[in-house]
Amino acid sequence: MTSNLLRFAAAALASVCLAASAQAQEKVVHVYNWSDYIDESILEDFTKETGIKVVYDVFDGNEILETKLLAGGSGYDVVVPTAPFLARQIAAGVFQKLDKSKLPNISNMWPEVSERLAKYDPGNEYAVNYMWGTTGIGYNVQKVKAALGDVPIDSWDVLFKPENAEKLKGCGINILDASDETFAIAMNYIGKDPDSKETADLEAGGDVYAKIRPFVKTFNSSAYIDELANGDSCISIGWSGDVLQARTRAEEAKNGVEINYVIPKEGTYMWFDNLAIPADAKNVDEAHAFINYLMKPEVIAKASNYVQYANGNLASQSLIDEAVFKNPSVYPDAETMKKLFTISPYGPKEQRVLNRVWTQIKTGS
Amino acid sequence: MSEAHALKPSPARWLVVIFPYVWLTLFFLAPFLIILKISLSDTAIAMPPYTPVFQGFGAIGDFISQLDIENYIFLTDDPLYIDAYLSSLRIAVISTLLLLLVGYPMALCMARASAGIRPTLVMLVILPFWTSFLIRVYAWIGILKPEGLLTLLLQTLGIYGPDDQVQIFRTETAVFIGIVYSYLPFMVLPLYAALEKLDGTLLEAASDLGCPPWKAFWKITFPLSLPGVIAGSMICFIPITGEFVIPDLLGGAETLMIGKTLWTEFFGNRDWPLASAVAVILLLVLVVPIMIFQNQQQKAEGK
Repeated sequence: MTSNLLRFAAAALASVCLAASAQAQEKVVHVYNWSDYIDESILEDFTKETGIKVVYDVFDGNEILETKLLAGGSGYDVVVPTAPFLARQIAAGVFQKLDKSKLPNISNMWPEVSERLAKYDPGNEYAVNYMWGTTGIGYNVQKVKAALGDVPIDSWDVLFKPENAEKLKGCGINILDASDETFAIAMNYIGKDPDSKETADLEAGGDVYAKIRPFVKTFNSSAYIDELANGDSCISIGWSGDVLQARTRAEEAKNGVEINYVIPKEGTYMWFDNLAIPADAKNVDEAHAFINYLMKPEVIAKASNYVQYANGNLASQSLIDEAVFKNPSVYPDAETMKKLFTISPYGPKEQRVLNRVWTQIKTGS
Repeated sequence: MSEAHALKPSPARWLVVIFPYVWLTLFFLAPFLIILKISLSDTAIAMPPYTPVFQGFGAIGDFISQLDIENYIFLTDDPLYIDAYLSSLRIAVISTLLLLLVGYPMALCMARASAGIRPTLVMLVILPFWTSFLIRVYAWIGILKPEGLLTLLLQTLGIYGPDDQVQIFRTETAVFIGIVYSYLPFMVLPLYAALEKLDGTLLEAASDLGCPPWKAFWKITFPLSLPGVIAGSMICFIPITGEFVIPDLLGGAETLMIGKTLWTEFFGNRDWPLASAVAVILLLVLVVPIMIFQNQQQKAEGK
């Protein structure tokens, strides 16, 4: 949220740049990606190889991206929506079908990921996977040990049992402000279908958070990286790569904070961030060239090494650093993979119920 | 004067008269009507995400028949929105009072300062505007956060022990600090303008006739500065009610304000029609104080 405002400012600036660059008749591609989500040298290499200039802009929430896409005329040629958003945006007619003849590198993709992604984009017609990951628990090893004693941290119980949450209150609990994921996780935890859209199930899922609400310090989706890293909070529902970034930042700061990420044994939500081309994109050929470039094994391996997320590219796996590829938090083993679930998008009325319950929880009313 | 009124208006005069109305129509009335129209629509998974979409005047009858006030009914059904409006108004009222409390003495000191340094003082009040508003609010995060500058200061002074931390960041107190800091110039300047015009001989006369200074303040200074108090309060109260940035950056999850609710409806729920309905109601909530303000202004000018 905090940086959403900065993104607005950045976007306003970017649109000025867009207008300026449109006048110069050079090849250009306008990319709108998540913040901290690429090794910037990849963009330079792409320009060197193809002569296409990259105008790169970032967001930190699907909501901002979606609002821009739905309003139309966003000016972007490649965008990176997360899967449930992607599905809804495809239904709204936001994207154009990919021209596979311009994407020869698509043969490098990982069928396991493409199949799961097809739940949102039947036939993989509109999008290819960029990165994927899980939503799990990031925690400060020493502080959680001090609060809970020497217990294994491998279950959602650590957060969702009120007696545990109460003990963790003092060192700071953060919950991701991403209601679609947090509800799916809670419904899965209490043994319901994580993909349920029934009001009663959603309310039961919300109840999990209502019970621990008095012990929760913050609800945010980007500031928690720093808060974990500098010890302001000790445990958070977080996205795998974000938590690993917090770990790296703490190591760099040498502040004695040790961060760990765990995929709880009950299973969790698996998400996909995907490359897609808006229907009103002006530089369609350049957009395809950019997506094709990102599907080169050595390029996407470099991106994964940098952002510490798994990618959907099978051919890249031998090129990824061992520290990333052999890390079960990034590339889970086959057993864990089976417990990861995906959810279908919420309809407008269901979304209203969901966010209504979520707002009630957050404001503590 | 009466001769001027009798003159037949020239085209140039007409232009001058019409210009503000054209401006208001283009930049207030037209956008408002668009928002009003969206607030009567329904959400849809489409581009743009609502239906019906205006297709031209040919199909206007059909278009109008699809509009309804369902969103407004939903707003009254759900206590969330009423709570958010009330909470915003409460925060705006308290903030405005705090601003008066802090701003009035400042403005009074400025007005009583010698004429030579007054421009410098006014300059100092305006000076913060030279830095981006967003950066100034971010700076408060650095000051108020638990391991921030305020904690450091209190620890250095020995008031706080090494393990004590200031727990202000992400509370309503932080929101009030941020609002009072950000809006202070908007309160001080109208107050200063009113107080500076004050005729000093009135206070001299009061003093000569044996009126103690505090009584002279309440009998003379304050009533005469009332237009400034009203102007400053309105200029602050109205935007604070719809404030989004400060509660978002400094406030916690508990701080419920209508600006934030609007954001969630628009971005989180992609419910443009409901968000528009919230905005229309917000406008109505604010129109009342604006009317009072206008009324007061006219009275003041009439005197």
